[in-house]
Amino acid sequence: MSHRELDDMLGKGWRKPAFIKNAALRWALIIGFVAYLIAAFMTIDVDWGRVYEGLDRGWAFVLAFTSPDFVSRWSDIWSGLLESIVMTVAASVVGILISIPIGLGAARNIAPLPIYLICRAIVAISRALQEIIVAILLVAIFGFGPLAGFLTLSFATIGFLSKLLAEDIEAMDKVQAEAIKASGARWMQWINYGVQPQVMPRLVGLSMYRIDINFRESAILGLVGAGGIGATLNTAFDRYEYDTAAAILILIIGIVMALEYLSGIIRARVQ
Amino acid sequence: MPVLERDDAQVWRRRTTGQSLVRWFGWLLGVAVFVYCWQLISASTTWFFVWDAPRIANDIWTRATPPKWDYITQLGRPIWDTLNIATLGTIIALFMAVPVAFLAARNTTPSALFIRPIALLVIVSTRSINSLIWALLLIAIIGPGVFAGVIAIAIRSIGFCAKLLYEAIEEIDHGQVEAITATGASRWQIMAYGIVPQILPAFAGIAVFRWDINIRESTVLGLVGAGGIGLQLSASLNVLAWPQVSLILIVILIAVMISEWVSAKVRGAII
Repeated sequence: MSHRELDDMLGKGWRKPAFIKNAALRWALIIGFVAYLIAAFMTIDVDWGRVYEGLDRGWAFVLAFTSPDFVSRWSDIWSGLLESIVMTVAASVVGILISIPIGLGAARNIAPLPIYLICRAIVAISRALQEIIVAILLVAIFGFGPLAGFLTLSFATIGFLSKLLAEDIEAMDKVQAEAIKASGARWMQWINYGVQPQVMPRLVGLSMYRIDINFRESAILGLVGAGGIGATLNTAFDRYEYDTAAAILILIIGIVMALEYLSGIIRARVQ
Repeated sequence: MPVLERDDAQVWRRRTTGQSLVRWFGWLLGVAVFVYCWQLISASTTWFFVWDAPRIANDIWTRATPPKWDYITQLGRPIWDTLNIATLGTIIALFMAVPVAFLAARNTTPSALFIRPIALLVIVSTRSINSLIWALLLIAIIGPGVFAGVIAIAIRSIGFCAKLLYEAIEEIDHGQVEAITATGASRWQIMAYGIVPQILPAFAGIAVFRWDINIRESTVLGLVGAGGIGLQLSASLNVLAWPQVSLILIVILIAVMISEWVSAKVRGAII
């Protein structure tokens, strides 16, 4: 048996299939990406001396987590934290209430075209604008304080929740909704008995998730004067009071963890 | 099934009297909490400014239009920096998120008792703190600039990517892993040929998804001094140069839309 025949019988050795099948596209992407990386690294000028000096401070901050100082600035921390929680609760309630009608309007299988376009436009605007930029504008308009933060979070909640709710409604089971309609239900009854039961579990889950996000966002709104714990945190960093900053961060992480745990329980119950 | 006896006829009810009472008190409590929160917000709001808001908003609008178009020549470098912060931050985050995800997934963790909780703690603590706060912290440690922004984005993204990735790892098909194991593969070979091919599409999707979010977040990092277009935004806001602010906002909106479009295209091609 000649070598050629043996090779034919064995065939080529197995090779892992490439992730991107088109070879030209694959190489173009790889080369383009490497070129970009080189260009990006060239333009970032890092002051390594400054970084090296900072390592001590970084280590001091890590150490601060082992001895967080809740006590000496407790009244500031408490008022900031309360404001954050209050903003979160109020904005979540208002945001969810407003996003339900907008979500209904943004679902193509429920809403007529003009309403659909209007609602989709609202969703698009709300999603495209960063929370912190909205907060800057609202602080300029309404003045400093938690009202601007409350409005910012409500506005952001509307974009997030309406979009996901509308997608859920568009993916619902048509038969069930049609059966309610066939029984002669009015529009409200149709929504209430045909659509709502299908999307309710997901709506509850998403709302819980959004409350979680709203709290995390409320922690930074204070940086631009829109109320909440952010202002206290910023002051603590500016004064290099790492132990107070560590205490605030631990509180934020703790509350987020508690919220996540709670939302896990609630989601397990409604689904 | 709860029924109500009335005039010798049984009427179907959805809930028993006790259940209705519990729900009623739940709603009462919820409304009371919301009203209390609203009162706190209202108490720390200067209502005079709020009644004045339409005039102020109108005033800002007339100042901000038309945008100062020729300012765009100065925005090229900041946009490039923003892109670099998002991209490099995402890449660094992915490198760190992969080991964390493998340590956190139930089916790949070396020790569910000791190492998994640590990995989960890393995920939750990096996830629950906003990138702006990480940026504040890093600026205090390693000084202002693009580098602080890259690291802030990277740290913030670790938790997000690792969480989605470890959920993907936990959902893999165990049959393939078993098949590779049956060939006598070592632990690393099982990883490379049994697990990695299954999570690669999810990994690519997560990377692009997070990159999209990071573009949004890196546009505002400059507000605290961490480089990118946010620096120009905050400088323009500080000198009340509203025509420049409106131009920067338009540029940010376009950047966000492009990144969202790219991410949707790539995810559509992968999945």
